Amino acid sequence: MSWDISGMAGWKADDFPLGAVIPDSGNSRDYVTGGWRSQRPVRDEAKCTQCLFCWIYCPDTAVYVVDEKVTDFNLDHCKGCGVCAKACPSDAITMVPEGCELPEVQ
Amino acid sequence: MPTQKTVAQTGNVLVAEAMRQCAPDMMAAYPITPQTTIVEEFAKFVANGRVHTQYVTVESEHSCMSACIGASAAGARVMTATSSQGLALMWEELHIASGMRLPIVMANANRALSAPINIHCDHSDIMGARDAGWVILFAETAQEAYDNTIMSVRIAEHPDVLLPVMTTLDGFITTHSIDRAEMMDDETVTSFVGDYVPKNALLDTDHPVSHGNFAGLGGPYFEFKRSQRLAMDRAHGVVNAIGAEWSGITGRPFGMIETFGMEDAEVAIVVIGSTAGNARHVARGLRAKGVKAGIVKVRCFRPFPAAELADALKGVKAVAVMDRSESFGAEGGPLFLEVRSALYDLADRVPLVDYIYGLGGSDVKTELIERVFTDLSDIASGATAPAGLTYLGTR
Repeated sequence: MSWDISGMAGWKADDFPLGAVIPDSGNSRDYVTGGWRSQRPVRDEAKCTQCLFCWIYCPDTAVYVVDEKVTDFNLDHCKGCGVCAKACPSDAITMVPEGCELPEVQ
Repeated sequence: MPTQKTVAQTGNVLVAEAMRQCAPDMMAAYPITPQTTIVEEFAKFVANGRVHTQYVTVESEHSCMSACIGASAAGARVMTATSSQGLALMWEELHIASGMRLPIVMANANRALSAPINIHCDHSDIMGARDAGWVILFAETAQEAYDNTIMSVRIAEHPDVLLPVMTTLDGFITTHSIDRAEMMDDETVTSFVGDYVPKNALLDTDHPVSHGNFAGLGGPYFEFKRSQRLAMDRAHGVVNAIGAEWSGITGRPFGMIETFGMEDAEVAIVVIGSTAGNARHVARGLRAKGVKAGIVKVRCFRPFPAAELADALKGVKAVAVMDRSESFGAEGGPLFLEVRSALYDLADRVPLVDYIYGLGGSDVKTELIERVFTDLSDIASGATAPAGLTYLGTR
């Protein structure tokens, strides 16, 4: 990344790029948006046939694929929309509410 | 060697000529009275090959300003023109253009807003856009409309500014009346405005950028607004510098305010646009009769030349502000609010009254301006200034 935003919290008005442009490409990976999520996808490896439908349908390209195999979900960017679970022909993906594993919820 | 020729033309034709000479890469066009002849004349220039501009006909003013924003973000020098309801329909895009810091130049033919429907001059449309973050210039004459349009390109594209500019002229009075004016040769204008080198152009694939980003809760939205404020503050000096440079070439004076008789004025009128001519005419007559009358014309409304106004009006015994638009429920019209604010810090209070005049093209006869000067002379000699604002010339 050529655009260093590490000090942004201390930037003043004229330190920001003109007109709120982002003067670089491919940096949305650095901007974590997964915090919006209220439910997360959980994949059952036993049921998964590696058809890659979830990878195709994910609107946030938040499905990690290595060597043509789904390995995990990118929870830094997954919004929990559930499209992957809906698209999965093998019912291998379940949407689990976020926060339910916390002790105070249990 | 700059050469000028004298022409007899309408304000709109001269604005179109100025735009042709500044050679925009793109123009979005949507007709609306009394602006239409600007984009119509320009269309002829394109059709006749006199300018190489991508001329985009759009289906509304909302689309028009959206197209301008897209083209400007892509890296083009962009111009358009509108009026009244058209400007109102652009409202959300006006803020986007300034927030994205796109140096679009737009002519506005100042016209009343509906309802009731009316196509004639007042400043309701442009004053409604005064907080949109655009630099706003007013022309008294076709000549000033021409000069302001050429200067607008340099002001908008100046690296210290990079804000959109509205170059305005009064509907019908200036847009459609044939006026004597001096037109500069094409080469001089071309070299005055120079080539546009865009910052953050979307089409510059070697330096990819994204425009139109989010700066929400906890983000730097507040800082971006402050940077617009700083740019507008810097525009103050830039407007003066560009005005002085163009003035040096043309021999025609330019000031953010322009004064008549203010060296010794005891009574003065502050006015914007075409009415300044009538006001000066009346003041000249009164001065011949020994009345120390003066005129302050505001040629640049954003940024507002507050210090210049305070300096010009300091020590004057009575001042009238003439507003050609309303700010219903406010203490006065938009110009009055600015002028009173500009004078607040003076050690000695200048008595100030507001006149709302000429709405919907209502005629501004010399007798009306004489009446204002009579009121001012009364106030200057001790009469109580009328409370609130006065509607000048209504039944």
